[in-house]
Amino acid sequence: MKLKDILEFPECRVLSQGDPEREISRVFCCDLLSIAMGKAPADGVWVTVMGNRNTLAVASLTDTACIVLAEGVSLDEGTISKASEEGIAVLSTELPAFDIALEIYQAGLS
Amino acid sequence: MSGQLTFTYTIDGDDFTRAGEASSSVKNKLKMLGVSSDAIRKVAIAMYEGEINMVIHADGGTITVSVSDDDITMVLADKGPGIPDIDKAMQEGYSTAREDVRSLGFGAGMGLPNMKRFTDEMQINTVIGKGTTITMKVYL
Repeated sequence: MKLKDILEFPECRVLSQGDPEREISRVFCCDLLSIAMGKAPADGVWVTVMGNRNTLAVASLTDTACIVLAEGVSLDEGTISKASEEGIAVLSTELPAFDIALEIYQAGLS
Repeated sequence: MSGQLTFTYTIDGDDFTRAGEASSSVKNKLKMLGVSSDAIRKVAIAMYEGEINMVIHADGGTITVSVSDDDITMVLADKGPGIPDIDKAMQEGYSTAREDVRSLGFGAGMGLPNMKRFTDEMQINTVIGKGTTITMKVYL
């Protein structure tokens, strides 16, 4: 599954596009950054409700391909432009974390 | 690679928005040096956890990263309060972080355990009231 398949999800708003051709490894859900730091898979899609600058730092250090912010959470402008600079996709959705993670999984990772 | 390269960073205390900048910079430098992505990930995770700990507990400090042919060594030195009980601090889930820090997604008590898990050697020298120095190595 490629990142572009997720970017096209109708319930997601794209805040930063990343590299649409990037191959996705897994979906991962976690809100505690310290745990995400140790467990987020490289090239993964990380679903979280924790939207702050440190979310991006953790995504960047773990080589996460795409952050999906659930429950309508967003990021400030500065963090979004930093994500674009770093080539990390950021999406925001009103759906709960489980629902969007399941949808991504069923769309191509199952 | 030949010889040894050293990078030094000053970490600001209590500035969460900038925490991670030093680790990011090291990550990019190691990438340019052609270090394996597995080793880079280990160094980045261990160093970021250390950086966060310095911001939360010690009002900042300095990090020195040395790259040799055999390993990457990180030395994290702070003048914070010291760690009263290292065994307890090494337990997953044990945390003394403040509530405001927890609300940012930290303080899960995973910092030091992650640092140990992602490095090949880790040594903690701490003196109550004086500070803590943590030395970590990732083999290449």
